Amino acid sequence: MKALRNLFDKMRPSFEDGGKLHMFRSVFDGFETFLFVSPTASAQGTHIHDCMDSKRLMTFVIIALMPAMLFGMYNVGYQHFTLINQEASFFEMFFFGFLAVLPKIVVSYAVGLGIEFTVAQWKKEEIQEGFLVSGMIIPMIIPVTTPLWMLALATAFSVIFAKEVFGGTGYNIFNVALITRAFLFFSYPQAMTGDSIWVAEADGLTAATPLATPAAFDLNNSITGLIPGCIGETSVIAIAIGAVILLFTGVASWKTMVSVFIGGAITACLFNCVGSTAASQMPWYAHLCVGGFCFGAVFMATDPVTSARTETGKWIYGFLIGVIAICVRVMGGYPEGMMLAILAMNMFAPLIDYFVVDSNIKKRKNRTTK
Amino acid sequence: MSGLFSKENKEAFINPLNLNNPIAVQVLGICSALAVTAQLEPALVMGLSVTIITAFSSLVISLIRNTIPSRIRIIVQLVVVAALVTIVSMVLKAYLYHVSVQLSVYVGLIITNCILMGRLEAFAMSHSPWPSFLDGVGNGIGYALVLIVVGAIRELFGAGTLLGYKVIPQCVYEAGYKDCGMMVMPSMALILIGCVIWAQRSLNKESK
Repeated sequence: MKALRNLFDKMRPSFEDGGKLHMFRSVFDGFETFLFVSPTASAQGTHIHDCMDSKRLMTFVIIALMPAMLFGMYNVGYQHFTLINQEASFFEMFFFGFLAVLPKIVVSYAVGLGIEFTVAQWKKEEIQEGFLVSGMIIPMIIPVTTPLWMLALATAFSVIFAKEVFGGTGYNIFNVALITRAFLFFSYPQAMTGDSIWVAEADGLTAATPLATPAAFDLNNSITGLIPGCIGETSVIAIAIGAVILLFTGVASWKTMVSVFIGGAITACLFNCVGSTAASQMPWYAHLCVGGFCFGAVFMATDPVTSARTETGKWIYGFLIGVIAICVRVMGGYPEGMMLAILAMNMFAPLIDYFVVDSNIKKRKNRTTK
Repeated sequence: MSGLFSKENKEAFINPLNLNNPIAVQVLGICSALAVTAQLEPALVMGLSVTIITAFSSLVISLIRNTIPSRIRIIVQLVVVAALVTIVSMVLKAYLYHVSVQLSVYVGLIITNCILMGRLEAFAMSHSPWPSFLDGVGNGIGYALVLIVVGAIRELFGAGTLLGYKVIPQCVYEAGYKDCGMMVMPSMALILIGCVIWAQRSLNKESK
């Protein structure tokens, strides 16, 4: 660690104003604050001086994503070897999945961070670290068969149009990772859905199989995650470990998380009472286990930037995500509704906050006048 | 006749092409720009139709501007525009039937295009016929330019064709390339118009 510190100190002058490598100032800055606590602190005014900046916060999310990621890699191999009816050891399966997933992670980070670094340098700003998490989530919510160029295009699109045009990290209205997925979903529906891809290469769209054929639902496999699906979102257990990490470190709000599940469960029960199609007769726990529901509820709905900020707002926001997700699944034309539900509620989060704050102001006014 | 191409008249024609572009600067006529630009051909025809209609409605309104009672001027403007739109629509049906089917209701909806009413109210009602005509042509072409750019991008990346001819070679598809389905959706047209506005404003800023 010491050697690294010295290396950074030695390199700093060439990156400062007038230095040879001033062009790459933002990159240097980005890596330095990623590895160490930022050396600059505000000189005046009252500010909280804490090492827990957004970079550390993002690191916790990355750690929380790891169980789902590692399991996803194993599952990619498992599905592959099951399909071709070949015996394979645990490590063979994991290694197969690892090789399949790694290029996606590399491409997603290379494209996203490349754009972020360029923009930061161009606008003479610090590099924002928001993409650390998005870049890890993006490979986890797409089918493993997605071609790399599509991934690169979609990542570039979402980083530019969902994030940088709004002003960068912290200013985006929509979740960047979900916009990537939405772009792929609407641009290349044939690559994201359909029977051929997940049968041929043993992986598929989120919840495509269990949601397309509800009769094939198997609770045990859905909870352990040994079902075809997008890389990171099949295993309820792995996601639950991530959820515990997020809640324990206080990064995500338990209110949003819980209310998504409540909303989903209640809507599914209502559909059970009135519906007659196979999708509406799916039991509520099945709805919550399959597809991207868990992953969305734990990692995407709780995104601190795009979700509601007021405490009451979080309940409303999460509840409506659950409701919309199940409604799209049962009544809509798409097999999975989590992505559309979260994006729709991202749009309404500021409105929810506005009304919550407004009603609080009214309440307090009434109290003083009485 | 020296006044025909005087500085003011030139400006009336050139301003709407760039600095006062109806779509990119005034942000008028967006609805039709989203609807008809999925392919280049309808975009071209639409741009041409709007140019003809703005030009001649400006001319006619400017000719009779002193006789229109101001309380019913909107109705009079609408009658003139509606007559021209009907003529254009009939011509399209007679000579370019497949395009008129593609454009469907949007030819008729030119009547409600904000550019038309905007130019008639803002310019033709207070200027003489020749500048009004130039202003109409300029605004029509300014609108058509954006439509053509957006239409070309959407057709190229959404279907791999331009004006119906295959542009992206087959070998690219065989290498794994796929057409982008989102380009065909109106939402992408909105983003592309945003990009056009972005590019145009940055260029104008630099040239200042």
